[in-house]
Amino acid sequence: MLTALLRSLRTGVVTIRYPDEPAAIPERFRGPPRPRPGAAFDALPPAEVCPSGAISGGTGSPRYAIDLARCIRCGRCAEGEAGAGVELGREVELAARDRTRLVATVERGADGRVVALPPPPPPAEVAERVRRTLGRSLHLRHLDSGSCNACDWELTALLNPVYDVRRLGVDFVASPRHADGVIVTGPVTRNLEVAVRRTWEAVPEPRVVIAVGACATSGGIVGRGYASAGGVGEVLPVDVFIPGCPPRPEAIIYGILLAAGRVRERGA
Amino acid sequence: MASPIPILEGLRPRLASLGALEPGPRPDDLTVRLGRAGDLPAAAAELGAAGLALATLAATDDEATADHDLKVRYVFEPASGPSPLPDVFVTLLVSLDPGRPELPSISAQVPAASWHEREARDLFGIAFAGHPDPRPLVVHDGWPKGLHPLRKGFDASQRPPVEPAEEFPHLLVEGEGVFEVPVGPIHAGIIEPGHFRFSTVGESVLNLEPRLFYTHRGLEKRIEGLAVDDGFYVAERICGVCSVSHALGFCEASEQIAGVEVPRRARFLRTIALELERLYNHVGDIGNLSAGASYHYGTSAGLRMKEALQQLGEALAGNRFLRGLVAPGGVRLDLTAGLARAIEAAADATGEALESLLERIENNPTVTDRLDTTGVLPLEDAIALGVTGVAARASGVDRDARRDHPHAAYASERLAVTVATETDGDVHARMDVRAVEARESMRLLRVLVGSLPPGPLHAAMPAALPPWRVGLSSIESPRGAAIHWLRSDAAGRIDRYHLRSASYANWPAVPVAAQSAIVPDFPLVNKSFELCYSCTDR
Repeated sequence: MLTALLRSLRTGVVTIRYPDEPAAIPERFRGPPRPRPGAAFDALPPAEVCPSGAISGGTGSPRYAIDLARCIRCGRCAEGEAGAGVELGREVELAARDRTRLVATVERGADGRVVALPPPPPPAEVAERVRRTLGRSLHLRHLDSGSCNACDWELTALLNPVYDVRRLGVDFVASPRHADGVIVTGPVTRNLEVAVRRTWEAVPEPRVVIAVGACATSGGIVGRGYASAGGVGEVLPVDVFIPGCPPRPEAIIYGILLAAGRVRERGA
Repeated sequence: MASPIPILEGLRPRLASLGALEPGPRPDDLTVRLGRAGDLPAAAAELGAAGLALATLAATDDEATADHDLKVRYVFEPASGPSPLPDVFVTLLVSLDPGRPELPSISAQVPAASWHEREARDLFGIAFAGHPDPRPLVVHDGWPKGLHPLRKGFDASQRPPVEPAEEFPHLLVEGEGVFEVPVGPIHAGIIEPGHFRFSTVGESVLNLEPRLFYTHRGLEKRIEGLAVDDGFYVAERICGVCSVSHALGFCEASEQIAGVEVPRRARFLRTIALELERLYNHVGDIGNLSAGASYHYGTSAGLRMKEALQQLGEALAGNRFLRGLVAPGGVRLDLTAGLARAIEAAADATGEALESLLERIENNPTVTDRLDTTGVLPLEDAIALGVTGVAARASGVDRDARRDHPHAAYASERLAVTVATETDGDVHARMDVRAVEARESMRLLRVLVGSLPPGPLHAAMPAALPPWRVGLSSIESPRGAAIHWLRSDAAGRIDRYHLRSASYANWPAVPVAAQSAIVPDFPLVNKSFELCYSCTDR
């Protein structure tokens, strides 16, 4: 007991200071891919390059888009010759309340070069009723709707001594009755659809729904099919979309704080 | 073809009367095309008597081909005898009339076949006559009768309506004082979904019935028709904490089909990724066991070790689950001198932290009291159910795919794995096996980094695979052997991919171990197996 205490004292504080300080991002991190402004529009990678179907447009169309919600961060569109037209971003604070804000759209300029279109402005501040009732602290019920468990393990990581989200007034609770909302991972499988609805219904109103990861925000690599609804938005009203495969822990923290109205959305 | 493997030589004359023998899918393997489906139990009995156990079952819908049939393949592998066990698979192949696909079930004589047969019934519509538990497995209540998603005629994009259904017939234990405790599919913690039905008297568990496949995403259908390069991303995302293992198993199966030799440096880098995956899982699991025993210092210590290793994984692969390193034909990223030093430093730091934690656990009777004699899996049950990995070795099964089916770089002499076994089969034994394996992983990482051969990172893979070939690989994932069965179609794309994950093999053992536990110990028993739902359900 005493030795454990001494070891803890010797170790000191291991908790990061995010969001007060920025996330430390390693060199090889593959962030959100976006068409590079000024690149040759006609040389952008074709839609077939993307294994999860996140790329649309091009080949005759004057627009081209990469859906960052559907993107699984494999980096394939930024590889090879055509990949020169795509840059991988390094930001993790991507969460959005409007799903369409996660689609990076460009058009073909008069000179055949890529011109980026600005995303739609973020929605007005978080609903006053939600903020008034829930305050700054959010207690969430995790809801696995068919995830590969990577997003689940990142939620677990939020409770480790390095991220320790409880310092921010955020916690995961055992019962939906004790929760201010649900944080959902996975594309909503057919075998879980009833459980997903019932868990959400058991959360007292007002309640928030946070979709974590490519599968939950868009269906991701799983898509829509006999066993998958193709995203949480098909079943529940989603308040915040956190893209990534899986999103880094800081990206999830940012999304949770966004749901509580504690950070300003990028572009706001 | 003469084979040097004695176990096969003994089997050949016995199997020859039941069907045609041919090599395959790999050169040393044996496939038996059974003349009659009715001979399956006899053939399975011959394999069982020779010490072989069921590894996987792969069904295919070949109705549209010249064969005009459905095929079921029971794939066996050597499971007992002096180690190392011969690296060989024996396939019993049965051809069925697509209009009336029926064969005798072998689940009563080979309990490991039970889930496989139920799954093939759900997804292909094959009837297994005499199956002791004919309830649906993969498709849940309300799935329309007569619809089978893995038949080629089933359109993958359709969303069949949910039909009215009766409550699932759980096994009921009746008697005075017997209570039913239903748990899940949504659990109290951050855990994957599954339903557990406990029948209890007081605190004692009389019977536990798990119901899984809630996270069934239809991934084996999703991957059909894709080129290997595209299908790879689906395989890599079947499971988060087995990302490297499943990516590699898929790659090795496709490289076998393509006849591609992966360069030595790439095989070493793949092995580094595999051992890093094993290490972060094992130390995290030891932390989670502490959580199950309410030892919170241990929980934090385990989570911290895991976090440091996942950060290292992100520095190496650009992803905290090491996604993006392995690729068909080799690897996509190289090791830099700085990363090599970081791996060695992480091995040192993890080693020190792990020994410190283990010492604290072993000297803490409130923890060890919970671990000892809890959740015992007897050796004979482990063998009968075909249990694999940590769970099998903790009960005394001396098997490890790294030694018995050498993959990645494990055939290299310096990387010969010392297989850890225990005999008690309880939660403590499973923790001890993890601890020994974590140390072995750190040793392997140091050897791998220190002796990384020069050379290219990948070999060219053909855009299309040679048609109608089968690849078969077995990868020792953190939870045990994962078996990948892959077949190309006429266009060289993926015709069928089937994964039998270690968790799939091990789930049926959890209720057996739970019978020696009380209800409050179940989370601890469950954590000691640490099985994934996602790679079971797919």
